[in-house]
Amino acid sequence: MTEDMAIVARGLTRRFGKLVAVDGVDLAIPRARIFGFLGPNGSGKSTTIRMLCGLLEPSAGTVDVLGFRMPHDAEKLRSKLGYMTQRFSLWDDLTVLENLEFMGQVFGLPGRERRRRIGERAEEYALGPLLDQRVGTMSGGQRQRLALAAATLHEPELLLLDEPTSAVDPQSRRDFWESLFGLVNRGITILVSTHYMDEAERCHRLAILAEGRLVAEGVPQDLMRDIPAAVIEVEARDTVAARRALAGDEAIRSVAQLGLRLHVLLDPGVASPEERVRQRLQAASVEARVETVGASLEDVFVAATGFRNGPVH
Amino acid sequence: MLQRIFAVMIKEVRQLARDRVTFGMIIGIPLMEILLFGYAINFDVRGLRAAVVDEAGTSLSRALVGDLQATGVIVLEPPSTSVADLRRRINSGKLSVGIVIPADFERRSLGSDRPAVQLIVDGSEPMIDGIARSLASTPLPSRAGLQRPPGRFFEVYTEFNPERRTAVQVVPALIGVILNMTMVIFTAAAIVRERERGNLELLITTPIRSGELMAGKLLPYVFIGLLQATLVLVVGMWIFDVPLNGSLAQFYLAAALFIASTLTLGLLISTIAATQLQAFQMAFMTMLPSILMSGFVFPFDGMPKPAQWFAQLLPLTHFVDMVRGVVLRGAPLVDLKVQVAKLLVFFVVTLLIATRRFHKSLD
Repeated sequence: MTEDMAIVARGLTRRFGKLVAVDGVDLAIPRARIFGFLGPNGSGKSTTIRMLCGLLEPSAGTVDVLGFRMPHDAEKLRSKLGYMTQRFSLWDDLTVLENLEFMGQVFGLPGRERRRRIGERAEEYALGPLLDQRVGTMSGGQRQRLALAAATLHEPELLLLDEPTSAVDPQSRRDFWESLFGLVNRGITILVSTHYMDEAERCHRLAILAEGRLVAEGVPQDLMRDIPAAVIEVEARDTVAARRALAGDEAIRSVAQLGLRLHVLLDPGVASPEERVRQRLQAASVEARVETVGASLEDVFVAATGFRNGPVH
Repeated sequence: MLQRIFAVMIKEVRQLARDRVTFGMIIGIPLMEILLFGYAINFDVRGLRAAVVDEAGTSLSRALVGDLQATGVIVLEPPSTSVADLRRRINSGKLSVGIVIPADFERRSLGSDRPAVQLIVDGSEPMIDGIARSLASTPLPSRAGLQRPPGRFFEVYTEFNPERRTAVQVVPALIGVILNMTMVIFTAAAIVRERERGNLELLITTPIRSGELMAGKLLPYVFIGLLQATLVLVVGMWIFDVPLNGSLAQFYLAAALFIASTLTLGLLISTIAATQLQAFQMAFMTMLPSILMSGFVFPFDGMPKPAQWFAQLLPLTHFVDMVRGVVLRGAPLVDLKVQVAKLLVFFVVTLLIATRRFHKSLD
């Protein structure tokens, strides 16, 4: 079992004084897959990643990364690990080539091999024309390609990406994800944290974190199918009246508006949720079309993170 | 290991070369400081207005006046007819120095116990007094057939040359002040900047060790420090006529030890400061007492005992001692072993604390 797993964590906990940033997280991350961490800011994504790469010591629990016990064996892991920090952390005042040269040297790549790989990465991530450009003058997308090139220069087995696309335009994000699948196909394991739903949906597996706890974990499609809530869509001309009509029902845990439609999440215990919503709307004489729909990942997220946007008032 | 240290060094030098302002400061600070300090503390005032009362009127007395004027320290105004007139002119501020050559000058100069010449000095300006004293000690050539050593002609007798020594003493010590300022700030800022920008977070996850990172970051500054020391020494010798009486190798040895000490101090500051601004503030906090208490500005022996004890903690104190010894007194470092030992202790202790803290600050 652990043979096929890149990362195995049990009861992983990190406290900062009184604050529990990560609370008893269990993880089993398979090799050669993209594993996503989805969660709002402050949910413990970065702290978890930092514990995985040995930057932070766990307060409790154990974690094995590529078979190495962290943080004890952190030194041995380093040459097999690529890490992209949340903030761009290469050097603005060096050129693309100088940055790559430096990272290559730091990872102990001999001269010829280093130049060969820099050439490869430059081609792969379209950095060729930028090699002599100072990084400080480049766009978010270009910097991010450089960061990925630098993080993969030493051909790591595991790539940890901490919100890699937060400063990047949509097209660059798409390209970036294509690159990630390219890496996975070469057998690299990728752990990526994000707060974009569309990115989370692209992962092979997904863990949803909220307030330091792992609240859901699985294949995104399974998570959507098995959502612990009923998802009802309400289409109404007067959305304000519809919202008002739905307020105050304890079974209705969340209402989110998408244009003229309302996305309503109800307790899974409710016998016929569609009927219940319809009755409330009729009682308030709001004209609306009511329909049971499949859950989106956002619904999963809202349900898993404890309906913090509702209950409706 | 060497490859990684080398990689960090190259990176540092490249970044430094790109940072025009910092790069300019490496050259600019020493130049500015030496010119400011060199000239400001230069008591070598020239062109004091003086007048002569020559009651002797012999060829010898005229030759003496000619020699005094040739020093350039005084510029002769028309002579006075009497000592009373001379004093009046000094009182009214028209003259700074009066030279009285008595009628029996020839006889006095041949062997009297009484001084041959009297200098009357405007005592209201303390500096002029010192200059007049230096004038009196100016060795005059005996071309006029003087048979006594010229120093004894004057009532004001001193073998001390305050004007020269002050300027000369400032410049070697200034090397220490400049190194103290630039080394501490540059290293502290260079390391704190990487933490501020998140570079360190990335570096920690690479195979580089904290010792390699430290060495790679500090080594370029050793060379920069030696470059600055050379610059100040050369400018000092060239513009301010500072002699190099000791050995150049020993000068560099002393400088290298001091640079190492200031670098570890910078490293220590970098482990405490969270931002570059804090690093600057802390660096300046160590600067002021260093400048004031190291013996650079005020005589060390003139300070109260507790201040002297405190000054022992400052690396500059020991370096000022060493560099004046080597450059001016021509002393070999062996004779300065106490200072060398104290500086070594500072270096080792600071390095140990800084390395421990540096390692921790990465966690």
